[in-house]
Amino acid sequence: MDLVVDILIGVIVAATPLVFAAVGELIVEKAGVLNLGVEGMMIIGAIAGFAATIATGSHVLGVLAALFAGATMALLFAVLTQSLLSNQVATGLALTLFGLGLSALWGQGYAGKSAGVFPKLHVPGLSELPVLGKLVFSLDPLIYLSFALTAAVAWFLTRTRAGLVLRAIGENHDAAHAIGYPVVGVRYLALMFGGACAGLGGAYLSLVQTPLWVERMSAGRGWIALALVVFAAWRPWRALVGAYLFGGITILQLHAQGLGLAIDAQLLSMLPYVATILVLVAISRDTSTVRLNAPACLGKSFYAAS
Amino acid sequence: MLKFERRREPSIVMLYAAPVLAVALTILAGLALFTALGKNPVQAIGLIFITPLQSLKSISELLVKATPLILIAVGLAIGFRAGVWNIGAEGQFVVGAVAGGAVALAVYPANGLWLLPLMCLAGVLGGMAWAAVPALLRTRFNANEILVSLMLVYVAALALSVLVHGPLRDPEGQNFPESRLFQPSALLPALIPGTRAHIGFLVALAVAAAAWALLELHMIGFQVKVLGQAPEAARFAGYSGNRLVWVCLMISGGLAGLAGLFEAAGPVGQLVPALPVGYGFTAIIVAFLGRLHPIGIVVAGLVMALTYIGGETAQIAMSLPSATTSVFQGMLLFFLLATDVFVNHRLRWIGRAPTRQRAPAAPATEPAE
Repeated sequence: MDLVVDILIGVIVAATPLVFAAVGELIVEKAGVLNLGVEGMMIIGAIAGFAATIATGSHVLGVLAALFAGATMALLFAVLTQSLLSNQVATGLALTLFGLGLSALWGQGYAGKSAGVFPKLHVPGLSELPVLGKLVFSLDPLIYLSFALTAAVAWFLTRTRAGLVLRAIGENHDAAHAIGYPVVGVRYLALMFGGACAGLGGAYLSLVQTPLWVERMSAGRGWIALALVVFAAWRPWRALVGAYLFGGITILQLHAQGLGLAIDAQLLSMLPYVATILVLVAISRDTSTVRLNAPACLGKSFYAAS
Repeated sequence: MLKFERRREPSIVMLYAAPVLAVALTILAGLALFTALGKNPVQAIGLIFITPLQSLKSISELLVKATPLILIAVGLAIGFRAGVWNIGAEGQFVVGAVAGGAVALAVYPANGLWLLPLMCLAGVLGGMAWAAVPALLRTRFNANEILVSLMLVYVAALALSVLVHGPLRDPEGQNFPESRLFQPSALLPALIPGTRAHIGFLVALAVAAAAWALLELHMIGFQVKVLGQAPEAARFAGYSGNRLVWVCLMISGGLAGLAGLFEAAGPVGQLVPALPVGYGFTAIIVAFLGRLHPIGIVVAGLVMALTYIGGETAQIAMSLPSATTSVFQGMLLFFLLATDVFVNHRLRWIGRAPTRQRAPAAPATEPAE
């Protein structure tokens, strides 16, 4: 039983960074912008959170630093694509390449250091319950935050006026502009929100999952998060479910040898990447679903002629 | 207020000035970066951009680095023009190296003039096969080729590692995860005797010329341009989008595979897990810096190779972190994308129109949280 609980907790911990990054990118894409720089924002969030935690000794400040760093990276992307009208695909790639380089430069002195154990929730009584106590009431606060974030984003998109405006801008930026909505302003905010989320996801990697800094530790998770948004058909809760599926695959790969599966460890490491491709194919082959759910202006530059 | 106004026609001057401007801005930002790191900025920039051009050895190294960059970027540029985003050239590079290298290892220790052409063929086919996955999934199942080709980079790198740990490991190598050193006729002949520069560079130049001819003189090149600039028009003209996706991915995959083989059969001389060093990604920057034009890419490839060689020199001489080079390259792409706005737009001072003044000041909406 304990093993099962440990495996389930492992799944949750593996899924949480993906939840943050995917839900953040979902808002960005709903606003009609395709930011392929999630990987770069995540890795910068990871090193920023780690460095700030080491410098201050406070995990809270570390998380805040990661939010700030991710949002700053996204701001760079916003200036280039929204104000200077650069190509979004190329700029997103630039953000990833730059982020990976800058994080490696920044992280030089941090290899081998530890940020300490991230504090966990403790509810007297509840946390001592068998199974549930460990699985539900003793997790780190960021996991609860990831659920709250998903709920908030779902609520924001479908139940608030601001969410409606954001979706309108993503569907038809010319019409939204004609009505008088600040297309560029909303996209700046959406991008920075997405960047902060990706930074948080990165900090989760370096502060909770493996409380260590390792160069390139994001290992493609930013790209998987991008695939999750497509998988989720741009719906927040489906993104969360997708992240947990991937968390499951990652943990399966780690435990496969313990379970007596005689497969080469490196072959198993391919699993999350192959699964991403399979998932993309499964979702994308149904063109009508994708076309119905994808924001119509996704990835297009907006230029206000008047 | 200042506002970007769309030009009637793209500015040819800015099209060529933007990369120069971007390099200049990158150097300025580099000066700031080195000052922030507490290093002598002028010395660092000199080490990166000037010192490598002063000796034959480093010029030959320049050609070694420029070869894969040019080969890959020429292929990618054709796709980028058509809106086919092959981001996984790094994976195709690895598979090309493995496929071509495996040919040499399979016939080891046989030698002969036939070997190298056979390896090149295998390398090209390997890269094509790896690029065929995103091509098939995009044309058949509508799956995004960016994400598919990128995921395959990780798969290819792991596959290379599996192979050199197992089937392709050097039987006399004390269990090191490396293949044998290739036999002499499996190695690329040197271009400049006594240096690592190999004839692959001449191949890269020929490929760039061929790509230029394809784009300017052949119907495929015209279709690529139409598809990228006016997809609707391409559809009305009856061009098959799927066919062009295949063409673009096969060209870029094949060239990336060839670049991978050249790396294995050239400077490295064997298969090692550390073979992929990011050329597939840097080539994306090279493609844009070269204006997606084959001739421009040759120049851009040489400039980018200079940052590699110079970066290494500066790292050793001034004990700079090794990641400095990639930061530089990232900045270069940023500045290029930023200055590119002037190709299609000009900055104009527009008098304060009373109606416009209020619009940006009222952010009526804000995402929750």
